[in-house]
Amino acid sequence: MSRVRLWRFHGGLKLDSRTTRPAAEPIGTVPLPSRLVLPLVQHVGQPAEPVVAAGARVLKGQPIARPSGYIGAKVHASSSGTVVGIEDHPVPHPSGLSAPCIVIETDGRDEPWAGYEPLTAFGELGANALRARVRAAGVVGLGGAAFPTAVKLGAGSGMKLLILNGAECEPYICCDEVLLRERAGEVVTGAQILMQALEIARCCVAIEDDKPTARRALEAALAAAGETRIEVVSVPAIYPEGGERQLIKVLTGEEVPARGLPPDIGYLCQNVGTAAAVARAVVRGEPLLSRIVTVTGDGVARPRNLEVRLGTPVAALIKACGGYTERAAHLLMGGAMMGFPLADDSVPVVKGTNCIVVASRDEIRPRAPARPCIRCGECAEVCPAQLLPQQLYWHARSGELDRLDRQHLFDCIECGCCDVACPSHLPLTQYFRYAKTELWARDRDRERSDLARERFEARRDRIEAEQETRRRRLEEKTRAAELARGDENARKAMIEAALERVQARRDRPKGDGQGPDR
Amino acid sequence: MIVAIVVIAGLAALFGLALGFAAVRFRTEGDPVVDRIDELLPQTQCGQCSFAGCRPYAEAIAAGEADINRCPPGGEATIRALADLLERDPKPLDPDSGEAKPRTVAVIDEPACIGCTLCIQACPVDAILGAGKQMHTVIAGECTGCELCVAPCPVDCITMVAEPVTVRTWKWPNPLEAAQAAEQE
Repeated sequence: MSRVRLWRFHGGLKLDSRTTRPAAEPIGTVPLPSRLVLPLVQHVGQPAEPVVAAGARVLKGQPIARPSGYIGAKVHASSSGTVVGIEDHPVPHPSGLSAPCIVIETDGRDEPWAGYEPLTAFGELGANALRARVRAAGVVGLGGAAFPTAVKLGAGSGMKLLILNGAECEPYICCDEVLLRERAGEVVTGAQILMQALEIARCCVAIEDDKPTARRALEAALAAAGETRIEVVSVPAIYPEGGERQLIKVLTGEEVPARGLPPDIGYLCQNVGTAAAVARAVVRGEPLLSRIVTVTGDGVARPRNLEVRLGTPVAALIKACGGYTERAAHLLMGGAMMGFPLADDSVPVVKGTNCIVVASRDEIRPRAPARPCIRCGECAEVCPAQLLPQQLYWHARSGELDRLDRQHLFDCIECGCCDVACPSHLPLTQYFRYAKTELWARDRDRERSDLARERFEARRDRIEAEQETRRRRLEEKTRAAELARGDENARKAMIEAALERVQARRDRPKGDGQGPDR
Repeated sequence: MIVAIVVIAGLAALFGLALGFAAVRFRTEGDPVVDRIDELLPQTQCGQCSFAGCRPYAEAIAAGEADINRCPPGGEATIRALADLLERDPKPLDPDSGEAKPRTVAVIDEPACIGCTLCIQACPVDAILGAGKQMHTVIAGECTGCELCVAPCPVDCITMVAEPVTVRTWKWPNPLEAAQAAEQE
């Protein structure tokens, strides 16, 4: 069956893909670095907990950290060596801050761990077994967001369509294109496993129409596998088509509701690289140890795609691409639109790293000075989330952050289309990022103040109860003394009882039954 | 004339009864205004406002006994939120209460602690753990940074440290501030 009808998502931009040079080269390799730095957070969710200690010897593929919550992912040693420390190290993050990492000094032998049992006959396995394997292998979404794949697979059965996202729309990135060209078979196997795990009968792979070789390779692999349930769809290259919501709109005409997720309307989206990683995890029993990274820009001598072990410093990638050229001016992780600058090249490649851009001054020019907003509405025209960026901007600028939530700020995917469209050169996405982190911080503060209120009130109640008991005991005593006054026998009995109590306390062995001081 | 008086008097009696009934039937427990003010206060429980905690301060504001600008931990944001809620004009922080400063956490220099429990008694949110003649420690996640434990310590082993910024708590800078800074240069 062939799909004729494609829809169009709102807004978006036609951008120059800038992938000609790296996409022309085959996937290269990076020599084993002497040190691998594996952050405990390489995914969306809770940080992983280390299961090895400093000084431990680890083998390639051995788990070194386990997920600490449902939304989490394992971390595996990407080569053999010795754990030299679990310490803070700069991680790839816009803040440039450090975070806990497991540092491995490699021994150059790449000695493999026993690994997981290959499940070649995956067609006979149930959804749970496949999901468990994907979870054990630490697979996360390799398109950039790094959401744990096993959690996504928990969305349940009964969905209409599995969408494999091969629409790399962001300028400079072409790791999925070369993956499809060179390892289409893995992607097809991955798609079959995902369909099995989700009990979905149909799958479509979206590839942009400017990548004919990738499409042909995939079609050949499908024919070789005799797979007819999977369909390849060419989609027009418009940024940000690779966004999951945008892609679903293009393929199905349906929109994912705000605050909802694709499974709510019966679709599940996975990146093609994730599918290949799932295939390796299931069929070969290999955990996620490496990924394909595009290293590009005028600032590197030989732009190309590399298969990189997780934890390899960015500097090693640059070296494998012939080093920096004299035009190198900016170092970015991610693409030209949504990437963020790196302070230096010592940070490691993590599961979500799809691209390193070393741009020259001509490629990324400084932003022209911002001028006042003229309310032209260009930004709303291009916004793929159908928001009103100028309205969001006014609220963010005036500090009325509460109103931003009502204007659906959190539906903004930070694609940067409005920045490009704005004739006043306003850094709109910057404002939205700032407002989002500020609102998250307020939420955290609110949680903490709720906790403090609860504890304050519990303490107040406890102190009041203590005072009440003390008062009552005193009252009883006074009353007893009043009654005893004038009655010689009762008075004597009281004194006797008091003496007995003192004696009993003396007889009790020391240190027994002592409560806390207060 | 008589008819008008009777009708108006009858209506007044009717409404009086209805209102009287509603006041009894739909009576609310507690004071909702106090709750809403308390909701906006940072719950540091530091007492810099001269009341014994956030809730007593909220009660005083609701009763008109205290002004809205006496909460240094809440700073300008809290004053603005209170002004919005109570439909008053925001005003600058009362310097008598203290200065707004970034949030801190108490840290006990554990080897120096003599186990006197004075800080435990001072802590308004029970965030210090310990017992007599045993070392004490602060449960950092529950500390509000109120500084009330610092003064009672006889060996001065409690210090207030700024909360470190981590990848999770880091915030993007406000581009407006950056633009204003650039303009001034």
